[in-house]
Amino acid sequence: MSVFSLAATRTCRGLSLRNIRPPLKLTSPTETTKYRHLNLQSHISTVTRLCSSAPHNPKVSEFATWEPVPEDQLPPPTRIPADLVDKLERLALVDFRTKEGLACLEKAIRFADQLHVVDTSGIEPMDSVLEDRALYLRNDTVMEGDCAEELLQLSKNTVEEYFVAPPGNIPLPTREERAELLKHSEF
Amino acid sequence: MAASYVAAGELLLSVNKRTSILYPKTSCLIRGINTTSFRRHSESQPRAKSDPQLLVGVVGLEIHAQISSNTKLFSGSQVRFSAPPNSLVSFFDGSLPGTLPVLNRRCVEAAVMTGLALNCTINRKSLFDRKHYFYADLPAGYQITQQRRPIAVDGILTYSLHGGRKRSQVIRKTATIKQIQLEQDSGKSLHDDVHGQTLIDLNRAGVGLMELVMEPEMSCGEEAAAAVRELQLILQALGTCQGNMSEGQMRVDANVSVHEPGEPLGVRTEVKNINSIRFLAKAIDFEIRRQIDVLQRGGRVQNETRAYDSKSGETIPMRDKEGLQDYRFMPEPNLPPLMVYEDNASLPSGIDASQMVVVQKIREGLPELPSVKRDRLVQTYGILPEHSFTLVNEDGLVEYFEAVLKATKKEPRKVIGWVTNELLGHLKQRDMSVSQSPVSAPALAELLELQETGHISSSVAKRVLQEMWRSPGTTALQIIQEQELGLVSDAPQLHSICQEVVDSHPEEVQAIRNGNKKVLNKLMGLVQRETKGRADPVLVRAILQEKTS
Repeated sequence: MSVFSLAATRTCRGLSLRNIRPPLKLTSPTETTKYRHLNLQSHISTVTRLCSSAPHNPKVSEFATWEPVPEDQLPPPTRIPADLVDKLERLALVDFRTKEGLACLEKAIRFADQLHVVDTSGIEPMDSVLEDRALYLRNDTVMEGDCAEELLQLSKNTVEEYFVAPPGNIPLPTREERAELLKHSEF
Repeated sequence: MAASYVAAGELLLSVNKRTSILYPKTSCLIRGINTTSFRRHSESQPRAKSDPQLLVGVVGLEIHAQISSNTKLFSGSQVRFSAPPNSLVSFFDGSLPGTLPVLNRRCVEAAVMTGLALNCTINRKSLFDRKHYFYADLPAGYQITQQRRPIAVDGILTYSLHGGRKRSQVIRKTATIKQIQLEQDSGKSLHDDVHGQTLIDLNRAGVGLMELVMEPEMSCGEEAAAAVRELQLILQALGTCQGNMSEGQMRVDANVSVHEPGEPLGVRTEVKNINSIRFLAKAIDFEIRRQIDVLQRGGRVQNETRAYDSKSGETIPMRDKEGLQDYRFMPEPNLPPLMVYEDNASLPSGIDASQMVVVQKIREGLPELPSVKRDRLVQTYGILPEHSFTLVNEDGLVEYFEAVLKATKKEPRKVIGWVTNELLGHLKQRDMSVSQSPVSAPALAELLELQETGHISSSVAKRVLQEMWRSPGTTALQIIQEQELGLVSDAPQLHSICQEVVDSHPEEVQAIRNGNKKVLNKLMGLVQRETKGRADPVLVRAILQEKTS
């Protein structure tokens, strides 16, 4: 984070000092996310201006603007029941494991809740900023491959020219098993 | 799992209700999640009061066709069957960090061509998505596919069933193609049960597939088999897929359910692991019977994936798919939308036309499709529709048939039996293809010409064909001369043979004289036996009639 904002500061130097926020003392994970977002925004707008020789487009604000959305405009906070944690862990092969992990997830959802306030009616969502570009299509000519040795070197476990994996997928522990495993954790 | 799914579903549902009141705009995202549970509810268990006697099967197919191309869908590594393990893998196929997909134009053209041949609408703009699941032969943890907007939609596959007595009646049917999507194949896992490990070969990982999704409109295994066979012929004619099911170039999954006609569809099962068309029909029919059995006994059909065991002829539940999967689809961020253009005029300016996929150009290059070829054969040569199916079903047989016709004056309707019965019979017996036939088309034409001009009888011609089969390269004429198989039309010689037969069978002669003319055929048979089938039948009949009158 600090490296990133330093880089952003460097890029901005001598261009528009107004775009740069004063360094902030970061406290909670949610705030970190919020301010990272802010810095990212200013970083991008600066870079765009740096590259563009055209005069400033009046439709685009010269400054990054940010106002936290008041709590009362947001939907009620989402609480994650244990069943849903199970499902998410299963789908994403992640392990929240602790109470902190769960709190972090709930905070992330809370942060995303702010998007509900944005009026997107009549606007088709974009997948990519490159949507108006033609997707490059390659000729059907063999250019790669034949590097089994190089690839197999990256694997911890191989047999002849095969990668070796455990049989099937490793089943996740049941909730009872996990409760047993995490008996001493706060969860 | 099922319990937690329901709980999660309820949670999302209540969240959805709440948010849609507060924030109507946001419902879209949550609706996307809900469709899964909605679809699940729309498949109801046939009600208890429904009469199991009236239950019928409903079959929908999902077909994965490997695109016939030199390289993979998103990487420049080679596509080849049975190469040394992991020799056809690029860094992208192995999912090393920092690698990016680069789309193969050939694969796009193949999908467009297949879409056109199946009367699909080609989407000018299609999108790629990531479908997530964890398995060792999918190194990225997701497959790039086209879930939201596939390259082709709304097509029709017309296929034919053989019905009626002697199965000579041709019944035309159609199946709706919902969509054709481009996607990556996975690698292969070899399970080593002895050492409790799985060996991974990524040669197939990233090979281009066309997934064809058909609406559940078929009712039995035979229909599904006929549809898949027709699709296979179409793909082979187009050259977009080699269609060999035993090598996995075409893989068919069947969604099977039963219901009472007019009622909503029943709970379906997905039958996988079917590696031939014959097994496809058997697997589906077994599964329909099994589901009806379950319901007749008062049970419930489970929504599950089942594998077909070709040894027992049964479908068995597959263990690895518990509950409903959530693939966490998301737009593929590394690929902008795929654009195809109707014609050269619609290309954006300043773009290299040879780089782009132009639908018009592909449409012009479409070859003759199997159904058109069959109609042409029936019309041009006056053969029966079922013969046109036999000809088109066998690779190279149409060309063979037409080559024979060119070299003989024999009517096509008389030639067809020689090609579809005699020649094909010999080939099938030895499990050979048409191109491997030791009897060439001109050689068969020569034989048929000899029969047509009255040099040999039809039964002798069959014997000569067998000889030609045994000693490739020998002509029909050589065999006839060497083995003295030419038709005996020497009148005095035939007269004496006929006289002997008449003398030794007084009862038959008496019967003929009493008006039972059919007995003459028996005497003719005896004469042919004497001459080893070489006697001129017209002459023999005349002589016998004279002697018995």
